[in-house]
Amino acid sequence: MFGATLLLALREIRRHILRSILTTLGIIIGVAAVVTMVTLGNGVTASVQEEISSLGANNFIVFPVRTDRGTTRPFDEADVDAVERQIAGVVVAAGNVGANATAFYNGQDWDTRVTGANSAFLQAQSIAVAQGRGFTTEEEVAGKNVCLIGPKVREAIFLPGSSPVGERMRLGGVSCSVVGVLEERGQSGGGADDDDVVFMPLKTVQRRFRGSDTLDFFVLKYDPAYAASAIQESLVDLLRERRLLQGAEANDFNVIDTAQVNDALGSVTGALTAMVAVIASISLLVGGIGIMNIMLVSVTERTREIGIRLAIGALAREVRLQFLTEAVVLCALGGLAGLLLAFVASISLASVIDVPFVFDPTINVLSFVFASSMGIVFGYYPARRASQLDPIDALRHE
Amino acid sequence: MTGQPLIEMEGITKVFGTGSAAFRALKGVDLTIDRGQYVAIMGPSGSGKSTTMNILGCLDVPTDGVFRFRGVEVQKLDRDQRSLLRRRYLGFVFQGFNLLARTTALENVELPLLYRGEKKAARRRAAMRSLDQVGLAPWADHTPAELSGGQQQRVAIARALVTDPDVLLADEPTGNLDSERSVEIMELLQKLNAEGITILMVTHEEEMAAFAKTIIRFRDGVVERVEHNAHSTARVVDATP
Repeated sequence: MFGATLLLALREIRRHILRSILTTLGIIIGVAAVVTMVTLGNGVTASVQEEISSLGANNFIVFPVRTDRGTTRPFDEADVDAVERQIAGVVVAAGNVGANATAFYNGQDWDTRVTGANSAFLQAQSIAVAQGRGFTTEEEVAGKNVCLIGPKVREAIFLPGSSPVGERMRLGGVSCSVVGVLEERGQSGGGADDDDVVFMPLKTVQRRFRGSDTLDFFVLKYDPAYAASAIQESLVDLLRERRLLQGAEANDFNVIDTAQVNDALGSVTGALTAMVAVIASISLLVGGIGIMNIMLVSVTERTREIGIRLAIGALAREVRLQFLTEAVVLCALGGLAGLLLAFVASISLASVIDVPFVFDPTINVLSFVFASSMGIVFGYYPARRASQLDPIDALRHE
Repeated sequence: MTGQPLIEMEGITKVFGTGSAAFRALKGVDLTIDRGQYVAIMGPSGSGKSTTMNILGCLDVPTDGVFRFRGVEVQKLDRDQRSLLRRRYLGFVFQGFNLLARTTALENVELPLLYRGEKKAARRRAAMRSLDQVGLAPWADHTPAELSGGQQQRVAIARALVTDPDVLLADEPTGNLDSERSVEIMELLQKLNAEGITILMVTHEEEMAAFAKTIIRFRDGVVERVEHNAHSTARVVDATP
């Protein structure tokens, strides 16, 4: 019986194929919008998460900020040492300074950024050396003129196929020997190219490029077994103490938790998704009213058929089931078409905005079920109307 | 159940509308119809024959009076219960054939079995047998649009027969057919009656009514006269070369 009802519904829909497509357009668009948006949102989240894990998971970034008096008090190595030694749960802390410089080698030149950082920093940020080696402790302590180059720099000034390791290049006015090449990392969150960089020991950059022993910022990596909030609290307390800040004075530094950045970005995509969901639900509502309208038309058109069915002994609920099935099948097909559209749209849009395509089964199933259940909601009234027709009047209907 | 008439009507009245607009279609009808009968209901329009037919077909209920079908008081049943009666014991043939368009003859005939919840194979078998009974087995895959009027009415009769009903109700079954097709349909109904089915037929054509065993004439909402002409039908059949 149910199989026959389903078959009948499909046949009726095929009989008015154009009408069926136009009717379900609202549902198709609504479902496609929601699913596409959620899928793209997932892609954005995934790419941001990848970005953050490239910054290093379980990391804090600490940097000085301008106070009300307009001054900025930088951190130095002593602060970093104190943090590493005095706060429980801190695995490693490492400072960083940067400067712009032009790299020269064999008549080639390339504008890039010199970053002063020791092995600890590379470790905290999970930056790997692809070729050659990292800095030795001796090089770091003495502030030797050695450098690690990013793949982009290697590409820009070294011949393809040749090994830069062991070569001497010049960075601005400083000559240095290349000890290694970094692994490719891609764009960073801020849009800068992480591969277009030259690392030198912290002390070398402080001395030769900056002429001071201050830091731009420092990072610290903590043991995930410790609560991030507890570490952050002791970090702030320690730094306030070291910077002699009084009770009421505001912090003249900022601590960024990479996990918090992740959450913030997640909530932004969440808000966007919610907005699209609202718009899509309006589209679905309009689509549902369209379904109801066309089902009412269908009931009127098929009054005689309903009369025949009732006369030969169909029960009211059987007639109701027939029209309800038709509405649900119509909505389900609309939902399916919406999912298909969303699939195509998300794949192409994901490649346009350069985020990964992350298929989300939950939202697909949920949207489909929701669309189908709209058939019940908006098909019920027309179906009920059909089932309550008087067989004699219905048979007389022209 | 033995000895009980198939159909009994006692003091049936039917009023349409209320107040000053009320129309008394039936003003007290008493009828008894036994199994195996072939009844033609006749009368001018507005005489109440269609209203009686609707009540006999359990499609409508009387305003007052008692209508017993197989001993069951139909006027006490609700819509769905009457649907179940129609589904089990009644077969309908209409003037306008009333087949489902764009649906094959076989599927049209299967329809009542669908509501009886029969399995597909059983439906197919019964529907083919029924189509064979009306001589339309070769047209099983044709839609109504591809069939002549006479053939469409045969499909309708096959659909009415497929559930093996007690009663076949035919409302002007030849009204849309030419005289030659009409006689064919009448002969078919007569054959079915001879095989045991009770037939109730509304018609306004005397030639068609002549095929019935009994003619009930209506006038102004009451039964005017009941005529028995059991032998006349045979003569009509014999007269046809």
